Amino acid sequence: MPHDDPDHPHALMPPDPALRVKALETILTRKGLIDPAALDEIIDTYQNRIGPKNGARVVARAWCDPEFRQALLTDANPVLAGLGYYGRQGEHMVVVENTPRQHNMVVCTLCSCYPWPLLGIPPGWYKSDAYRARAVREPRKVLAEFGVTLPADTAIRVWDSTAEIRYLVLPMRPEGTEGLAEDELAELVSRDSMIGTGLPKVPS
Amino acid sequence: MTRVHDMGGRFGDGPVKPEPEGDPVFAKDWHARALALTLAAGALGQWNIDISRHARERLSPLDYTRFSYYEKWIAALADLLVERGVLTEEDLRGAAHDVGTHALAERSLKADAVAAVLATGGPTARADGPKPIFSAGQAVRAVIPSDNAQVPGGHTRLPRYAVGALGYVVRLHGNHVFPDSNAHGLGEAPEPLYAVKFHARELWAHPEHPDDEVVVDMWQSYLEPV
Repeated sequence: MPHDDPDHPHALMPPDPALRVKALETILTRKGLIDPAALDEIIDTYQNRIGPKNGARVVARAWCDPEFRQALLTDANPVLAGLGYYGRQGEHMVVVENTPRQHNMVVCTLCSCYPWPLLGIPPGWYKSDAYRARAVREPRKVLAEFGVTLPADTAIRVWDSTAEIRYLVLPMRPEGTEGLAEDELAELVSRDSMIGTGLPKVPS
Repeated sequence: MTRVHDMGGRFGDGPVKPEPEGDPVFAKDWHARALALTLAAGALGQWNIDISRHARERLSPLDYTRFSYYEKWIAALADLLVERGVLTEEDLRGAAHDVGTHALAERSLKADAVAAVLATGGPTARADGPKPIFSAGQAVRAVIPSDNAQVPGGHTRLPRYAVGALGYVVRLHGNHVFPDSNAHGLGEAPEPLYAVKFHARELWAHPEHPDDEVVVDMWQSYLEPV
């Protein structure tokens, strides 16, 4: 049975969040339950090694290689795992493709589910109450807050990540990029374009 | 009724305020420590992802609303550590005197194991469980209510806004661990998982566009035939 006692044990700890985290880390370290060096390693991984550049490489390759794109849309998991993009919060990937008729957008209304191996740790706005509450009901107003306006004949499909499936949006390749190499294309792929709240950059 | 975290469709939250893409991954150092501490404590093996999600959802509505994102994480972690008997309330008060080695210390996540643990993840697809009774394109209805059917006030991933709505199966994901069971130590109970699309006009009185849709991942128990 869930415990519904409002006096949760956390209330015994310092209310200031930075002090609370520090206190808990100290207690767990003293008992040998936590290795602070492991925490440093986790932070370094998500601060410096795993982030939206991974997803951008996948998108750029899909723009250049029709067979890769098809394989990605059919069953993303073996394709992404083959590139080394697998792991925590990306165990079951589905890639959804934007077209002139359909724009895809991803949210997690119940918490903050997000494809970590492809995009890293979600930004603050993705985890905000406003985004979680509104993305499903009024995606167009939310997109306007990101400066995005879609044509009237483009339908929006919002994917609510309620299970362990993680969604990545494959945005449309911008016009005027025919001569660009894959690396140059990857530079145009913004993080938000892979969540569906943005569009790829247009080459200058 | 589900809980305070189930906010899809809610009014009153105001605008989304996107941070620039180049902003630091962690806005404050303690955010990074909170995330890392939660992941490292999970490696002790005393709970699963559904138990830890439920611990955040069980924060009182007052705490859930006033806490920032990582404050929820750290409060739920402290609660779980006590509930699972890893720590005592005396420990949290800072009043305990440590004697000997903690029984779980052997399981602590070491720095050189981090890369492998993060790369392995925790897949939830399972080969066993019932066969799918719905197929792609089929009309289905989300069950009423959105409560956990087994445990009063228990964890569920059926969002309130979809309850009772007519939808269409767009994708079969295979069998996956059932959170409503797994969050309560009642076993993984895997069952077929589907992506189900709902027309916005089926969910909202004032949809923005006649062709917009919302897709929700739903376990077979959340659905009934139409």
